[in-house]
Amino acid sequence: MAATVLPNDVEKALRDAYERETNPTARTQLEAILKNIDIARTGIPMCQDTGIMIFYVKVGDKFPYIGEIRDALTKATIKATAEVPLRPNAVNPIVGGNSGNNVGEKIPWINWEIVSGDSVEITAFPKGGGSENVCILGMLKPGVGLKGVKKLVVDNAMSYMGKACAPNIIGIGIGGGSDIALKIAKQQLLRPLDDHHPDPEVAKIEEELKEAINATGIGPMGLGGDTTVLAVKVDYAMRHPASLPVGVAVQCWAARRSTAVITKDLEVKYLTHPLEGE
Amino acid sequence: MAEYHLTTPISEEDARKLRVGDIVYVSGEHVYTARDEAHQRALELYEKGEKPPVDFEGSVVYHVGPVAWQKDGKWQIVSAGPTTSIRMELFEDEFLRKYRARIIIGKGGMGPKTLAALKEVGAVYCSFTGGCGALAAKGLKEVRAYEWQDLGMPEALWVITAENFGPLLVTMDSHGNSLHDEMDRKVAARKPEVYAKIGVTE
Repeated sequence: MAATVLPNDVEKALRDAYERETNPTARTQLEAILKNIDIARTGIPMCQDTGIMIFYVKVGDKFPYIGEIRDALTKATIKATAEVPLRPNAVNPIVGGNSGNNVGEKIPWINWEIVSGDSVEITAFPKGGGSENVCILGMLKPGVGLKGVKKLVVDNAMSYMGKACAPNIIGIGIGGGSDIALKIAKQQLLRPLDDHHPDPEVAKIEEELKEAINATGIGPMGLGGDTTVLAVKVDYAMRHPASLPVGVAVQCWAARRSTAVITKDLEVKYLTHPLEGE
Repeated sequence: MAEYHLTTPISEEDARKLRVGDIVYVSGEHVYTARDEAHQRALELYEKGEKPPVDFEGSVVYHVGPVAWQKDGKWQIVSAGPTTSIRMELFEDEFLRKYRARIIIGKGGMGPKTLAALKEVGAVYCSFTGGCGALAAKGLKEVRAYEWQDLGMPEALWVITAENFGPLLVTMDSHGNSLHDEMDRKVAARKPEVYAKIGVTE
């Protein structure tokens, strides 16, 4: 269902944007998006770009099937590719050629986190190539400070305009190191759109950036309008005194993610896409 | 913002009526998908004096790599939102001059070479909302042929009968107007105001 049904918070944000939007061109774009969501709900991939398969796995230290998770996710990817269907998107960068079933060297990619407990939480995160192509890493001079961080994010948004299928969600990771900043940035895309960072200083930056980017007038699909971003999400890690890494992850409006919890007795509960009656 | 319902093949006269901001819905049998490789192959055939398997004159050419599947022996388009058109800027002007397609569909807009060719030939570029693959597939009713299969599913030439395929927004017309260029200027003009919100200057 990750490819066909958006999580409730994303759909709500798009519907609210349509209600608020004053630009007539932007309204045509948001209307098409809402129609598309309704058609996709019947079991059709909402976007033909069903992404490259990435999973976030939070596994309990006492979950009895840890060693079988990778194999299960690989098999699930092959099954979904044939049955949903998904577009085969796994291409070999060295010798060329598409594997045809969305699996191959290191793909599906799994982001592991070990937590205490006896269950596992798995999030499928199929992200399209268009928005991935405008993600950036800035290794800034610490002297530019938070202003420099904000400028990097806003300048990036003004350079790709609507190419990442706006309205977008932007995730920002500050600090840590080059890989950590991007990793934090991407993790922000998993947050519910209506939450706020628990640290009020960070929550303020999120609001400020959202307002600034929406003031560009780029609008849905870059064709003009009030809604360029649905949300900006920020988090950070401590940094090295000499470095100020900033990861900027950009997500298209089709922010597909699906989370399920599997207990030690192999009972499944779908969190983002509850089954009827749950 | 006028709304048009056009049936292929589309005449030069009809294409020249369209203006930036108009909405178009397309029906008919001359709707073809083409990305980088299909454009290149069509141009190579032209150079060799050979004919492609379809007649592009008056047609609608859609920049898309669809998800398709075979049901009861017949191909169907499952999901088919637009791909980024600027990649085709390399050869779209030549393609338009040689084959006289009347509507190019994609996302993100195209550059000055294509804009000049649209003016010369009498054609338009329309934007279809990115990511709306399920909505697009509803208008792409029937697959009549799956040509150039050796290019792979996304790059092949899909020959399609469309029924009320849209809404397509005209964003580049045959009168030299481009909403994409206009947006670049508008956003650049707002830059100082945007910077002021985050406390930075140029």
